Amino acid sequence: MTTLTTVTVVGASLAGLHAARGLRSLGYDGRLVVVGEERHRPYDRPPLSKEFLTGDCDPGEGPGRLALTDPEEEAELDAEWLLGVPAEALDTAAGEIRLAGGRALRTDGVVIATGATPRTLPLPRLDGVHTLRTLDDATRLRAALRADAARVVVIGAGFIGAEVASSCAALGLDVTVVEAAPLPLVPQLGEEMARVCAGLHARGGATLLCGTGVEGWRGSGRVTGVELTDGRVLPADVVVVGVGVRPVTGWLEGSGLALDDGVRCDAGCVTALPNVVAVGDVARLAQPGTARTVRAEHWTSGMLQGAVAARNLLAGSTVEPFEALPYFWSDQYGARIQYAGRRAPGDTVRILEGDPADGGGFLAVYERGGISTAALGVDRPRPFMRLRRELARAPQPAGR
Amino acid sequence: MIPVCRIENLPEGESMRVEAGDATATIAVFHTDGAFYAIDDTCSHQDASLSEGWLEGCYVECPLHAALFDLRSGEPTCLPARKPVRTHAVTVVDGMLYVHPAVRTVPGEPVHAAPEEAVA
Repeated sequence: MTTLTTVTVVGASLAGLHAARGLRSLGYDGRLVVVGEERHRPYDRPPLSKEFLTGDCDPGEGPGRLALTDPEEEAELDAEWLLGVPAEALDTAAGEIRLAGGRALRTDGVVIATGATPRTLPLPRLDGVHTLRTLDDATRLRAALRADAARVVVIGAGFIGAEVASSCAALGLDVTVVEAAPLPLVPQLGEEMARVCAGLHARGGATLLCGTGVEGWRGSGRVTGVELTDGRVLPADVVVVGVGVRPVTGWLEGSGLALDDGVRCDAGCVTALPNVVAVGDVARLAQPGTARTVRAEHWTSGMLQGAVAARNLLAGSTVEPFEALPYFWSDQYGARIQYAGRRAPGDTVRILEGDPADGGGFLAVYERGGISTAALGVDRPRPFMRLRRELARAPQPAGR
Repeated sequence: MIPVCRIENLPEGESMRVEAGDATATIAVFHTDGAFYAIDDTCSHQDASLSEGWLEGCYVECPLHAALFDLRSGEPTCLPARKPVRTHAVTVVDGMLYVHPAVRTVPGEPVHAAPEEAVA
């Protein structure tokens, strides 16, 4: 293997930061550059849809309490930070990353950590229509919700949509959630458990409308309502579009890297080039033993992949696959949902604790052929964690 | 000091949450490795209750993100947590467990240590 002298991490959020940390903790002492499209130092995104929106304290200008690093650690990382600068191209033959503004960085190692960006609806842009991904998005939305907004419409009842709706309800606003599918979260949780979690909206005082799309916005210049495909019109002061994200790979067009709803890599986050790795929301990993690939948009995957990718990048090939059991959590309407494992359509659900019908929380396990495949807990943190640990140790059905 | 419970009501491997009552913080009390420990209940990383965490020896794992905290020092041993949680003195008097909340330090104010109690 060749010794790397410059490694550039493109993307300055959770996964990129953890890759940078991983490189240093494994003894890499060469030049380390971190490029970030946002002007902020790395910060934690999960609170943006929750306490950041509902909190009383003025969030101020920068990441503040959400910062993932402190000055001491930044000094230890000894990295060059190029923030507020999107990357525009990767020339693998020349070993160069081109940045907005024309600057080119020579580099012999690359960590792709450019994350994902919210999908939008094919509709005109209007004031009052928001998406939520970044701190700046959240700051704008927070201000809008506090500026005499009374009626909020959230498009999309996935986890982000549900969390935003929950935060709006907590602020005392009138909230309607519009979901195109007959039931939200079915791909993630299966129908039975999706129905239970969808019930949280009503419990939290929000209205959930399923099975209808968005036809268009009402209002000129500023949104005043949402027109649905079923003909209904919902008055709205603020609209939040939460219809998923797409990985940020446009800057890699022409790089020669395989792009397929993300950057294709092997099971250890390594692309076809041993000196280019990808981590976090943008990385599409091979699943060993199957023809399938997986792109996870989970906080924990982003954090853990950074360390694995750093190790494989320094080794010059994949010496460690990324095998962590998928895990995510969502806080909404006062309930904490936790999921771990790899359920597949057709897995059956068994309730181990509590009763999903009574709203007091429960613990469920997904099973196939007598083997546990995943766990779902609502307000059952301790037993959930026990089950999560058992799942992580247990063999999974073939091909998971 | 705050009475927690009779020691027989907090068996080995169990934890309990107590309110400090003066808006200091909620405190998590653990019985593990043959001793009692008390730390701030809220994970320094994100809103999670450490009393609901997984106990392994002198460490508790945060139920939300698997950050580990050393119950003896309050220091996190791994990411994602980077800041320590506070530890609080625990005493047993006549079979009753008490927590002595550490005084929250306010800049510019003198810090008073919790009064020491004889351990029975």
